[in-house]
Amino acid sequence: MRRMSTAIEIRSAVKRYGTTTALHSISLEIADNEFFTLLGPSGCGKTTLLRCIAGFEDLNDGEIRLFGRDIARLDPNHRPVNTVFQQYALFPHMTVLENVAFGLKMKGMGLADRTARAGKMLEMVHLSAFADRMPAQLSGGQQQRVALARALAPEPKVLLLDEPLSALDLKLRQAMRVELKMLQEQTGITFVFVTHDQEEALTMSDRIAVMSQGRVQQVGTARDIYEVPVNRFVADFIGETNLLEVTVDAVSGAAAKVTLPGGQKITCPVAQGVMPGKHHLSIRPERISLAAKGELDAVVDRIVYLGTDLQILTHLTTGEPFHIRIQNSARIVLPAPGDRVALQIEVGAARLLAD
Amino acid sequence: MAGMAPEPGVDGGGKAGLGYRRLIGPLLVPTWVMIGIFLVLPVLLMAVYSFLTKEFRGGVVWDFTLAAYDQFFLNRGLFGDEPPVIEWTYITIFWRSIWQAAVATLICLAVGFPTAWFIATRPPKSRAIWLFLITVPYWVNLLIRTVSLKFLIRDNGPLNESLMAIGLISDPLPLVNTNLAVQLGLFYSYLPFMVLPIYAAVERYNFALSEAAADLYASRWVTLREIVLPVVKPGIIAGCILVFVPSLGAFLAPDLLGGAKTFMIGSLIDEQFRGSQGNWPFGAAAAMILMTLVLIVLMIYARAQTKAEAR
Repeated sequence: MRRMSTAIEIRSAVKRYGTTTALHSISLEIADNEFFTLLGPSGCGKTTLLRCIAGFEDLNDGEIRLFGRDIARLDPNHRPVNTVFQQYALFPHMTVLENVAFGLKMKGMGLADRTARAGKMLEMVHLSAFADRMPAQLSGGQQQRVALARALAPEPKVLLLDEPLSALDLKLRQAMRVELKMLQEQTGITFVFVTHDQEEALTMSDRIAVMSQGRVQQVGTARDIYEVPVNRFVADFIGETNLLEVTVDAVSGAAAKVTLPGGQKITCPVAQGVMPGKHHLSIRPERISLAAKGELDAVVDRIVYLGTDLQILTHLTTGEPFHIRIQNSARIVLPAPGDRVALQIEVGAARLLAD
Repeated sequence: MAGMAPEPGVDGGGKAGLGYRRLIGPLLVPTWVMIGIFLVLPVLLMAVYSFLTKEFRGGVVWDFTLAAYDQFFLNRGLFGDEPPVIEWTYITIFWRSIWQAAVATLICLAVGFPTAWFIATRPPKSRAIWLFLITVPYWVNLLIRTVSLKFLIRDNGPLNESLMAIGLISDPLPLVNTNLAVQLGLFYSYLPFMVLPIYAAVERYNFALSEAAADLYASRWVTLREIVLPVVKPGIIAGCILVFVPSLGAFLAPDLLGGAKTFMIGSLIDEQFRGSQGNWPFGAAAAMILMTLVLIVLMIYARAQTKAEAR
């Protein structure tokens, strides 16, 4: 981020459909030049929020400010933002070039100018050779890039992307992630990206807002939300984790004394506002190692071979299921199913959650 | 979404597909027989009759002649011995019919498009009810419906009576035997033919396209003109053809609701085959000319369509 000015500021945005509330008073700030991702499971409100920014849905309450100006009551054609749609929504009766030039035409740019600019946009997405094709004659990945070029052509201040990669196959999706991120850096346009795919979110985003049930659960960098999840939902949704119910004996500052199932006591970092009592502890499977002596005792159930990794599924002697991920290597001596093992938690890797 | 997902093609591989293809020939036999007996044969018969000589009590004499076409286009005087000039009577009737059919098509389009749009944008469950309501009038025979329409709008019919009762008019509106009445009849008869194909097109329309247009700074009006209409155009054209063609040849509505001034092709042809006043070859010739006209219109459309698609 070169400048830290705010591109989009959402204040207490509320959206209701009949009796169901899709957005519960959402407040967010998205910085200029930022690649910002709204991440969450389907039905969490991420697409609704994006559609409210684009203007396809009206907020019931709240404000959406674009560089300081409230746009929440404007029609979509008066908002200087453009959208890449999930199914691309290319105009089927227009050529690729006409599609890309459409926004420029609507803005009143003359034929020669808009043709030249649309041509440049197609060059940028490597589709110059397809300018005169109809959208139906293109592959999914090519249509995707046309949609991108079309949305970028009018030089929007903010580009909204609604799960643009979800219709592509895995290889193409991975290639497009890199391409999208590079495009965002080249153009310096603020990207607001909606996805349910955490890998997509983690690889591309400057910051991520994790959403669930119409609420923003946590906003932070990929590292923040993975390493310091604020609650059970975030810990569980982002990556894999083991959630253990534990008893917090005492809290002093940012550390807590915790009794693990099985009776061992450890000290671990704690989020603000955690009081002594029953809580959940999140331990990432790759932050555990098998050792001669450890904080937890477990019995191996099975071992799953994943290529670069090995997943060891166990259950604690107190009954809770627990899984571990270790890197595959020739030196590993693997336990067999039925073996008793001791699990050692990396220092600082256990994270006490607020709820 | 247009062109996105591959269409489940007819030759989409698989054993089931192959089996069906082997069956399609025998299954089409009834269709070919029906088309042969009830379409091709009558049209050929009509073509042959149009070149025969008129029998005085109706019917034909097997003498080949161009007399029927001559009568349609040329006037050779009362006794047939004057130099030929163009006969305007029938051309005028044709022109009037084309005009009437075109106006009926436009009215059906103006009413049918919003109706189709309305139905197609309802929730799926209520769509079925609306479509059902559109087809309800078709449970009653067209003749009966046209006659009832006449009863409704005649001088002492319910429409005029009630307008007079509430004092809006003092004398009955002369509706029967006017162009207006014919238009009303055509509109009433053929509106569903406009609504249904447009409905089918709008129902398939991807509303994300309208959102994309709005997102790219198009106003509602521009979106309708530049995106919606071009995309649903095939439905609109199908509807227009389905209304225009039967309106052109219609004879019930013009016959029952119109008068001498609204005499149309359908009635002209109909008349030639009634009783001893008729002239079968002439009726057949008029029908052939009408059919040629319709085919020319359809071919022009088909060529424009292939040109647009080849673009």
